[in-house]
Amino acid sequence: MDYNFHWRPVFRKIPELLEAGLLTLEVAVISMILGITIGLGLALLRMKGPTPLRQIATTWVEIARNTPALFQLFFFGFGLGAFGLHLSPYLIVLAGLTFNNAGYLAENFRGGFLAVPDTQIRAARSLGMTAAQTYIRIIIPQVLRIVYHPMTNQMVWAVLMSSLGMLVGFRELSGETQFFASKTYRIFEYFAVTAIIYYVIVKIILLASNFAARRLFRY
Amino acid sequence: MSNSASFFTDFQATDLLFLGEAAGRTLGISLVSISIGTALGIFFGWSLQASKWFAQATIGTVLDAFRSVPLIIQLILFYNFFPIIGWKMGPFAAGAFVLSIYTAALVANVVRGGIEAVGEPMRRAARSLGMSYWQDLRYVVWPIGLRAVFPSWVGVALSVIKDSALVSVLGYMELLRASQILITRTQEPFIILACAGAFYFALSYPLSKYSQKLEESWTS
Repeated sequence: MDYNFHWRPVFRKIPELLEAGLLTLEVAVISMILGITIGLGLALLRMKGPTPLRQIATTWVEIARNTPALFQLFFFGFGLGAFGLHLSPYLIVLAGLTFNNAGYLAENFRGGFLAVPDTQIRAARSLGMTAAQTYIRIIIPQVLRIVYHPMTNQMVWAVLMSSLGMLVGFRELSGETQFFASKTYRIFEYFAVTAIIYYVIVKIILLASNFAARRLFRY
Repeated sequence: MSNSASFFTDFQATDLLFLGEAAGRTLGISLVSISIGTALGIFFGWSLQASKWFAQATIGTVLDAFRSVPLIIQLILFYNFFPIIGWKMGPFAAGAFVLSIYTAALVANVVRGGIEAVGEPMRRAARSLGMSYWQDLRYVVWPIGLRAVFPSWVGVALSVIKDSALVSVLGYMELLRASQILITRTQEPFIILACAGAFYFALSYPLSKYSQKLEESWTS
């Protein structure tokens, strides 16, 4: 083994890497919020929507679940270029992640809604609750409990998937790492540190989610 | 323009052949990784379930790290690590290596779930009928556990096929990289990406529907 590890240039760039890590987290969180909103809509459309909308929702879900995330990212990056639509790297990653999150979450939400029996809706309505009250007080809390764990997983996936941003020129944690690595040729060292940062980010998300779950689902 | 050389040429029939070959390579690296990864994953999953803390502290921690770091980072990391320790590994070998361990990390969880699904009373019953530990594993745990987690295993296999697209960062000429090269030449991103996407979809969609159906018929 005649390779000398040089960690110093990497350690000097750790503040920049951590900052890029925040960007990674930012994209993941925004794409999750959008993904949850759209995913909820897709799930409801698939269950109760009129046929054309239901087909669109189904197509969205199946494409998101059955093609690689990188393909989806390339599609938003290069594919839309065919129609003269050129997104910035940030928007490419955000759109790609949102598309993917929405597709996967829609399926989770649908499973969650189907797990709550219809009789509960009828019971709530016959107690005098309005449709909105029924959803907010009876259905949503139960669905939330079922989809909470899959949602946490999806959040972790969003963080991991955002690393694909480096292939479309987005300078989040991976893109920034590649930028520095190609400047100094310390590829292994840089990516080793980045791997640790990702690991820590994922662990923090899981810890926070467990903590929140204990407070949310106490009874 | 007619008598001058052009960098960009239209999408041709031979390009479809080029894409097809690349699709074959995608399938190839996926199959290799899924086979090796599943074999490793069954062993890891069994040892995670069978041992109290030792396997959990060693194998469990390592596999957890593989699940918590983006695959693309793992690929770049190992591809650049092998030359350091003097191993000569091309994009295919390095890609298959990382994908296999990644698969094993996912399969180990599935297998552990499968063994746990069998339940302690059933296994004790098997042992008290005079079966040896291995007979119990082979004739009781395997058939019942397989039923419980086969659909999840199909899910893992499908996600590995999709994630194999990332091996393109090492320069391996799989489907997505081939389509990128064609895009650079033909300047027709939409059609080519649609072809690549259709291939993945055609592979993944029937399998996922099939496993869904299996899951439904086995749970009811």
